[in-house]
This record gives sequence, structure tokens and C-alpha cells, in this order.
Amino acid sequence: MTILEATNQTPGAKPAPRLTMIEAINQSLRIEMERDGRVVMIGEDIGKNGGVFRVTDGLQARFGENRVFDAPLAESGIIGTALGMAVYGLRPIAEIQFAGFMYVSFNQLVSQAARMRFRSGGMFTVPMVIRAPYGGGVRTPELHSDSLEGALLQTPGLKVVVPSNPYDAKGLLAAAIEDPDPVVFFENIKLYRSFKQEVPEERYVIPLGKASVVQEGSDISIFTYGAMVSVVLQAAKQVAEEKGASIEVVDLRTTWPLDEETIVNSVTKTGRAIVVHEAPKAGGIGAEISAIINENCLYSLLKPVVRVTGYDTPFPPPQLEDLYLPTPTRVAWAIVATLED
Amino acid sequence: MVAELEIPALDKPYQVLTHEGHLVDEPPTLSSDKLIELHRHMLATRLFSDKIIALQRQGRAGTFGSLTGQEATAVGLSAPLKPQDWLTTSYREAGCFLVRGVSYRDLLYYFKGYPPDSTHTKTNSLPIQIVIATQMLHATGLAMGAKVKGDDAVALGICGDGATSEGDFNESLNFAGVYKAPAILAVTNNGWAISLPRRKQSAAQTLALRGAGFGIPAYLVDGNDVLAVYKVMEQAVARARAGEGPSLIETITYRMGAHTTADDPNRYMPKEDLEYWRQRDPIDRFRKYLFERQLLDEAGERAMLETIEREINEAVDYVEAKTKPTPDLIFDITFEQPTPRMQQQREEMRRELRDKGLL
Repeated sequence: MTILEATNQTPGAKPAPRLTMIEAINQSLRIEMERDGRVVMIGEDIGKNGGVFRVTDGLQARFGENRVFDAPLAESGIIGTALGMAVYGLRPIAEIQFAGFMYVSFNQLVSQAARMRFRSGGMFTVPMVIRAPYGGGVRTPELHSDSLEGALLQTPGLKVVVPSNPYDAKGLLAAAIEDPDPVVFFENIKLYRSFKQEVPEERYVIPLGKASVVQEGSDISIFTYGAMVSVVLQAAKQVAEEKGASIEVVDLRTTWPLDEETIVNSVTKTGRAIVVHEAPKAGGIGAEISAIINENCLYSLLKPVVRVTGYDTPFPPPQLEDLYLPTPTRVAWAIVATLED
Repeated sequence: MVAELEIPALDKPYQVLTHEGHLVDEPPTLSSDKLIELHRHMLATRLFSDKIIALQRQGRAGTFGSLTGQEATAVGLSAPLKPQDWLTTSYREAGCFLVRGVSYRDLLYYFKGYPPDSTHTKTNSLPIQIVIATQMLHATGLAMGAKVKGDDAVALGICGDGATSEGDFNESLNFAGVYKAPAILAVTNNGWAISLPRRKQSAAQTLALRGAGFGIPAYLVDGNDVLAVYKVMEQAVARARAGEGPSLIETITYRMGAHTTADDPNRYMPKEDLEYWRQRDPIDRFRKYLFERQLLDEAGERAMLETIEREINEAVDYVEAKTKPTPDLIFDITFEQPTPRMQQQREEMRRELRDKGLL
């Protein structure tokens, strides 16, 4: 994690408190609720319990039940009522307890929240955030680990954010909350408590739709996001040490809309590209990035684009999940193979 | 006063006027102008509906779901609302939009196949909902928003009997009940969900029974009696404004036409049913009441019809002459700001528009 920590130091400032991603998101929620009375939250167990992961810990005690709603157990109801509140003029944040439980709310998310601006000819807007934990690797039961960002590529009207570290999570969430359109904010469960990072106490905003070049390089570009950023960095470090390769690692941060400019610039420079994500391969972010490269900088490519992803099966039961998720080993193999002449 | 529904269900919908036009209960306190306005709204709803069907037959309008026979429900539910209140409804409620102040022009424009236009925002009326029952959660959410802000506003959500089978309908009642939201959730039970009769939609004796399961008051009303619907709605709105929470209203009415212009009800709708309901036409019923009390006469009604017809025809002319948006409008209404890729896509579309001489 040293590389990530190094990139986000605030120059000249005294060291900021070190927070987990949960603490950083909780702080961001608190700051946004303090500065904007329109921000309200609705979700299952988010009140007294502070959410099953404690992301909303203490917020109902601080802001009251009129701003932090413990929702009845109904995901469609959560998104549908949040939409109504957003149209009314509030800035709701809906929490879906696990991304895998969002399927039941897809109608409200995709045909309603995503389309309200469009279907009303621009008259009514839905400035809301839908937060949901996602991702594998922590031995959760079925449907607690699914990654849905690929499915949300075909749902025009939504933005999708997937932070990879506490610092980004805080700033991206602030941007999501002040965005005039609905934003889905996926929080990786494994990253929630896996490491701490310096997070300034004051408010800051990281714009949506902008990728972050986590590590510059000239031989190959790797595009990834969420928990896979640290997996890629481990693999990159190993291959750099063994082969002396110069590897560029891009944290997409927003999976829709994608930062095409950064992707194309990077591949034009390096001529090689790999996409890594834990969601299934078919029709996913990797496929979209591969197509972006194809359309914009195919002739810069020295080797075919490679996707290292979850397999095209449902997310496996907990005892079988380790080799479903891309590992540093698989990523390193892909880097070595792509670097070969 | 109107009785709250208790288990077992009231087997008789609440009435103020019998279908012969006789008073059987205290009518709502309304001025004669207001009573005549209710009648005018019902007439306008029927004429407008007939006009769109005629236009559709000539290829001048798109698919339309007529609400002929349901005018008393549409008008009775929406007339007690105030300007600051909200309306969410499905495609069969053009009457509600007209009462709220959405213009003939804007509704026609939409039914011709363009995005809804500006009077929707001015009247707090969400655009016509296509996916059954989803709008009921929006009504609950809007009502929650009003409560959070401490505003004196309520939200009315209207759906059909078929929608009560959807999860969202039940979730909207549940959330409204739990949060004591100032919402009125109304089921226009017109007997049919396309071809499926009401009795095959639910084994429950009435749909209003659902209220008890969610701990919210429910009313069963004769949906062809505009005074009864108005009175019940007025009471539900008063409850909501007073902070007493949501209500469920089931109005019993009948869809006297096809599901939409794309449907043929002869395949499934018994002819004798139609005849039975024709005898109970909501407009005929209220006309008898107004004529009997000499609040309106035949000449007065004829003048009213002529005015409405002229206004609708003017709206048709206006909309047909109106400058239409170019198709690249779609890139302006997806996000507040189009993404860089959408800007490229707009150029791609404009190239084709130029190529076809359309730009």
C-alpha cells in the first residue's frame, strides 16, 4: 500500500489522521450532511446500527430520524422513495445493503432514477446517490459479493463510481452527492477495513469521470479500479523487479462515464494494455475499454489488449472464491505475456 | 362522515349520489361554481380522450389509453389538491393532468410522441408513468420530502387495479405507513388490467383491504360518483396535511373502452358488462344532479362543450404547427452535461441530419 499512500500526501501540511475507507466515507457523509440540509439518507439498518458495516455509524444520532431513515426491508422501495425525495428537492443517499441485492430494485434504478431527467424532457431531475458495498474475498454468503458496474454500462443516465482507497472515497463521494444526476457509488467490502490512509479532515472534492494515474510507466498500461488496484500494483511491482519493465497503472475511479482521454493517451504512449476487474469478463468494463482502444488508438498497439477478470460464472461460494478473483499471479502472467515481443 | 374501512370489508362502496343522481349522503361543501367546474373537467376529459383516439386513427397521435367511464375518479381525486401538492400517475389519467393544469397542448404534444412539456413542472405533475405501479413509490417519496422539509404539501399517487399485484404498490403503502408520509395512494379499480378481470388479479374481496395490512386507513368509494370521490379525497388530504399520515382509496369504476388504441376488448370484455356500466356513466349521473338543482341546463352544457371543443382544436392546430425538436435533443436531457462521448455522438447524428437535409 505504500505507493497509494505516497500519492495522496498533502504537501506541506501536517500529517492528516489515518482512516479506513469506512471511516473516510462516514466522515464524508457527516460533512456533506452538515453543509447541506437537503442531504438525507435511507437504507436498511443504517440508523441505530450504523449499517451492517458501520459506514453510517453515529449519523442518525447526530442528524435525527427525519434525515437518516431506517428503511423497511425493500430495495425497490428504498430507491423509489429516494427518487421521490430527490425530485422534491432533497439530496437523498440510498444505501443498498449489498450490491447483489440491487437486482430487485433495477426497475426503480434503471427505468426510473436513471431516466427521470430524460423521460420528463429535462424538467425533473434526480440528484441522488445509491451506495452499495460490493466485491469478494471476505467469505460472505451468496449474492453478497457481486460486482454490477458492467451491468450498469447499458443503463444510460447513471454515473458509476468505484473508489480504491479511503482518500479517494471521501472526495469522490462529495462529488457524487453534489452531482445533479444519479450516481451509483460502489464500495469494495474487502477495502473497507484492509488499510488506513491519511485523509485530510477538511472537505475536498475529486471530480467524477477522471481517472488517476497511480503509477507512471512507458511499456504497458493497466486499467483497473476498486480492490483490483492493489492487486495490480503488487503484480506490477513483482514484474518490474523481475523484468525491469516500466508499468503504468491507471485507477479509473469512475467506471461510467469512462475517462477515455486518459485511457487513449496512456495506450498511445505504451502500446500495450491490460484491463483488470473482478466482475465477469463478458460485456464488462474491460470489453468497453478494449473497444475504446480499438476505436481510438489501434495502430499504437504492439500486442492485443488482454482482460484479466472474474470468470463468466456466478460469483462462487465463499470456499471457492479465491481463484475466481484476479490474483497478483494471474495479473503478472498477463503483464509478462503482453510485454513479450 | 365517510366510514373508514374495517375488516371485514365494506361490501358497498361509499356513495353520495346514486346512479340515478339522488343524494344518499351529505355532499361535500362546494360552491355552485366549483360543482360546475367538476362537470366541465369531466366533459373535457372525455372530449380530449375521444379527440386523441380520433387523431390516433388518422395517424396524427400515438398509442393512447382512454379513460372514458373513469372521469369521476380522475376529477374527484385531483380536484381537492392545492398547487403545492404533487401528482404521480399512470397513462390512463389524462383527466388528472387537466385538472392540475397541464395544458391540452402539452398532453397532445406528448401523445404525438414527443417528450412531455413545461406545464408538468408548473403543476408538480410527474410525467405519465409507463411501468405499472412504480409511480406509487415516487408519490410516497415526494410526500416524505415534503415532511422532511416541513412543507404544507401532500402527494397523490394513482394506479390501476392491476398495479396492486406489483411489489412497488405494496412497498409504497408500507413506506408511507412507516414514515407517516402525507401521501394519498389511490387505486382506480376499472375492472380490467388489459384483458385480466379484477377477480383474477387478487383473491381479496376488495383492494382497499390492503390498507389494513399496512396499518393505514382505507376507503372504498363509488368511482363513478364524483361527489363521493371528492369527499373521500378531501378527507384523506386533510388527514395528510394534519400530519396524520397516508390513506388508501379504492374507487370502483369501469374501463368503458379498450386498454389502449392497440387493443381489442371484444376478445375478452362481456358486452352485457358494458351495457351495465353505460347505465352508470359518471357524467350522466352528475348531469342529472346539476340539472335537477338548476345549477346547469342543456344550453349551458352545450356552450361548455363548444368551448372545450374549440380549445382542444386550437391545441391540435398549435401542436401540429409547433416547431419540433431535432433528434439530437436526446443528448441534452440524459445528464445535465453531455459526456465527451455523447458530444461525439451528437456530431455523428448531426452529420446524418445534414446528409438528409434535415439540419
